[in-house]
Amino acid sequence: MKHDFVDRYARLESPVHSLDARAKSIALFAVIIACVTTPATAWWPVCIYAGILAIITVAAHIPWRYVLTRCLIVIPFVLVVAVFVPFMKGDGVVHIGALTLPKHGLLVLWNVFSKSIISVWAIILLSNTTVFSDLMHGFERMHVPKFFTIVSAFMYRYIFIIIDEAERMKRARDSRGYSGRWLWHAKVIGHIIASLFLRSQERAERVYQAMSARGFDGTFPRWRETRLMAADYLFMSIVVLAALAGRLVAIWA
Amino acid sequence: MGVIELAGEFAVRVNGLKYSYPDGTPALRGIDLVVRRGESVAIMGPNGAGKSTLTMHLNGILAGEGRIEVMGVEVNKKNIKRVRSIVGLVFQDPDDQLFSPTVREDVAFGPLNMRMPVEDVERAVKRTLEWVGMEGSEERSPHHMSFGEKKRVSLATVLSMDPDILVLDEPAANMDPRGRREFMELLSCLKVTRLVVTHDLDMARRLCPRTIVMEKGLIVADGATSNLLSDKDFLYRSGLA
Repeated sequence: MKHDFVDRYARLESPVHSLDARAKSIALFAVIIACVTTPATAWWPVCIYAGILAIITVAAHIPWRYVLTRCLIVIPFVLVVAVFVPFMKGDGVVHIGALTLPKHGLLVLWNVFSKSIISVWAIILLSNTTVFSDLMHGFERMHVPKFFTIVSAFMYRYIFIIIDEAERMKRARDSRGYSGRWLWHAKVIGHIIASLFLRSQERAERVYQAMSARGFDGTFPRWRETRLMAADYLFMSIVVLAALAGRLVAIWA
Repeated sequence: MGVIELAGEFAVRVNGLKYSYPDGTPALRGIDLVVRRGESVAIMGPNGAGKSTLTMHLNGILAGEGRIEVMGVEVNKKNIKRVRSIVGLVFQDPDDQLFSPTVREDVAFGPLNMRMPVEDVERAVKRTLEWVGMEGSEERSPHHMSFGEKKRVSLATVLSMDPDILVLDEPAANMDPRGRREFMELLSCLKVTRLVVTHDLDMARRLCPRTIVMEKGLIVADGATSNLLSDKDFLYRSGLA
């Protein structure tokens, strides 16, 4: 089965792709941190953050269409907030056509929307300009706990295999007339989840055996040590300073 | 002197190997087996006969009662690193074998575990990938590859360790006819000692001059493949056909 991978453009060639994973993660996390700590009332900083990300998107040759469709992932969460907007009473109201909405509620909605879009956009850029294994090695070099990087690496490798397994079980179930309409069908879903869990555990055991067979003794070997170059420092400082500038504009405004 | 020569002659020597699963079910009930250097042996038998269990003893993944020697080295906890560089095990499902995000890392995994110098590892990765016809795939990730490609890379991950003995569990299972044929051609070029677990009579005939047949944890037949596999009665009785 074919899957849409979260890192479809990670192997493009561009100035951004050739940067060190550490430089990109620090720079993009700086943008996210600056953005989420910016007060909701400040509009200008958000434009600065979006501008930074837009420049990186263009420089990395990542198609806009892809970025936009990937960003849609935040919409369900924003909609949940939107439902509560009419009930968030504060001072002042805004008239949009026949609707009268509280100012405070709209501000909360904007806040959630802008921050989640900027954050997701930054992560899309990070995962589409860096090969996953390089990203994990970069994290390791930045002393992110090994547990996290190893679990992520295994998840990246096996998640689609597990999804395929679930899909096959679902097809086998549906081809025997399962409709999901009756309450007792809930039990079937429980069984599928349980057997997926067991299968994954058995697979984990086999993977471990195959690793031991090749001399694995609990520590992962590393071999490619990259060094941060001038370009990496330059990229990192420009992006971090720009994000900081945005954050300062918020204070000043 | 005599002992050393004797040890030098055998690739694998198994004496009285017994093993039971954790729940007490016996899996191997006394295996004696000698494989000479350079030999190619098919291990056949019905499901649950203990074929895979036997292969997993050869490099110490499982440890039962009895004595096993590979290339004159006893398989035990103390020698485990050495044993694992001597015996290369290719598992049946390439998705179990290939766990790394990229092909390069997976092929380098064994050699790096053996503490091979980095330049040698790079060379080994290049050489083995070329050998299995997957050169240029270093940066690809296994989940983007076809089953046949994953199978080839699995073989490369073990060959990169330069093993003296290659053990393959169901190498042709789930492969399409062309993939199977090409994979068999690849295996037939290898000069190392081979043990091939298989249900595939044709594969046994082509790759292995010698066949052993297992049943319920015992070796029930051991001989020339051409003799064993031409005996229709025997094949039927032992569930091979």
